[in-house]
Amino acid sequence: MSATGYTPDEIMTVTAARHLRDRAVCFVGIGLPSAACNLARMTHAPRLVLIYESGTVGARPAVLPLSIGDGELAETATSIVPLPEIFAHYLQRGRVDVGFLGAAQIDRYGNLNSTVIGDYAHPKVRLPGAGGASEIATYAREVLVIMKQTPRSFVAQLDFLTSAGYLTGCGARAASGSPGAGPRAVITDFGVLRPHSETEELELAALYPGIGVDAARAATGWPLKVAAHIETLPAPEPDALAVLRDLEARTREAHARPIRINLRN
Amino acid sequence: MALLPLNEAIATCVNDGDAVALEGFTHLIPFAAGHEIIRLGRRNLHLIRMTPDLIYDQLIGMGCATRLTFSWGGNPGVGSLHRLRDAVERQWPQPLALTEFSHAELALAYQAGASGMSCGLMPHYADTDLARVPGASLRTVRCPFTGRLLTAVPAVNPDVTILHAQQIDAEGNVLIRGIVGAAREAALAARRVLVTVEERVERLAADLNAVVLPSWLISAASIVPGGAYPSYAQGYYPRDNRFYLAWDEIARDRRTFTAWMERHVLGMPDHAALLRALGVAA
Repeated sequence: MSATGYTPDEIMTVTAARHLRDRAVCFVGIGLPSAACNLARMTHAPRLVLIYESGTVGARPAVLPLSIGDGELAETATSIVPLPEIFAHYLQRGRVDVGFLGAAQIDRYGNLNSTVIGDYAHPKVRLPGAGGASEIATYAREVLVIMKQTPRSFVAQLDFLTSAGYLTGCGARAASGSPGAGPRAVITDFGVLRPHSETEELELAALYPGIGVDAARAATGWPLKVAAHIETLPAPEPDALAVLRDLEARTREAHARPIRINLRN
Repeated sequence: MALLPLNEAIATCVNDGDAVALEGFTHLIPFAAGHEIIRLGRRNLHLIRMTPDLIYDQLIGMGCATRLTFSWGGNPGVGSLHRLRDAVERQWPQPLALTEFSHAELALAYQAGASGMSCGLMPHYADTDLARVPGASLRTVRCPFTGRLLTAVPAVNPDVTILHAQQIDAEGNVLIRGIVGAAREAALAARRVLVTVEERVERLAADLNAVVLPSWLISAASIVPGGAYPSYAQGYYPRDNRFYLAWDEIARDRRTFTAWMERHVLGMPDHAALLRALGVAA
């Protein structure tokens, strides 16, 4: 905990949660996106619809899942559908409002790499790969990206393009026919980047309290442009922080519970 | 359908060089069956699975596989699969060829395989780099009705698909409840289907529309309580998230990995012994 009274993860999560309006349909990834969506659901957006790629539609977990398919999601879901259906009938059909993604690398047009660092055939680091990300990036009406800002992750050139953002900018994404609007916000531990209305290059649009433009620029691997007007984001509200910390405490306790299996024969 | 002890079922259904899919999306991952494949020392397998998970980390690290078809290869919520990474980055214990898809593509590939189609179709927009890697298996075609560009994903037809399920009834019909992933599609795409189950019952407790695999689709079945551990079986036991966190340390290093596998898999007669050794079962 820093002198601010909240951690970088906490302000990122609270800021991401504020981007979610009630009744939106969200395709949720594990980790910070899942924390942000459930925080929103437990505070200002009680009718937020959470879809996890395990096929759980309308999940209302009381504790955060470690995996994308924990039993908690199945038990609290409105419906559980097979994987071909969640991707074809829900995501590809255009029924998802917000897709939430993270990645190992992002470039200035919001394109994402979650596949390899280095050459594909001889990678320095083999990352998990696409999973649901490439289709979420294509089909969600809008995408929110949440990731820590460092020169190693905010790069001038991706090692691999796993998920399309604005491609080469200036309308290239729209020209490709991609149905979704692309990454409307990139939420980092410094603030929020948004695409320029014409070039679609990400620019610094908002900062957290006490953080300067130079620090955000130094954490970016390309010459980061700055919006004409930079908003200062509010610190997390005490109520939201309390809900988030309570959720995380319940989660830690649930994940530490020992498992007992009854061998019937 | 033959009801067999697990070691006989694996010996009968899984041969060296087979394309093998152990499916179950986070839920109902057939760990006991995977361990039996390791104990039997099967080699040159082409492993297929959407999320390789810990069980493929183990099979790859133990030298059972030379090819992997997958769509997301991490330890969910934890980080890397270190044995998968070691095989890809440093060819240990042997090189591992990759065929890589997105989840939507691999789900479609199973569905195509289950339908007797040579490929499945989905809309095509901007190429990602996955379409450009050496040996990439996606192609684009034009819709004959609209002229729209489509991505064609080749069908996946495993030699054998292995599932874990909750129950088998007296006739050999199998019930799957909860998160089903692409288990049904993977089973129907396969030439042989092997199922492990938590328990045998007279009649399945199946609601209408529950996922039931009729006995005549199944080659062999084994009763293996706890057979999905450390993943889970809805209604029986939850996912052991502590084990998934602990695996990160065990698998990070070749020696600790090998020692763990020798003690807990090669050194155990069966899955029940492993569960007792881990203190999970009495």
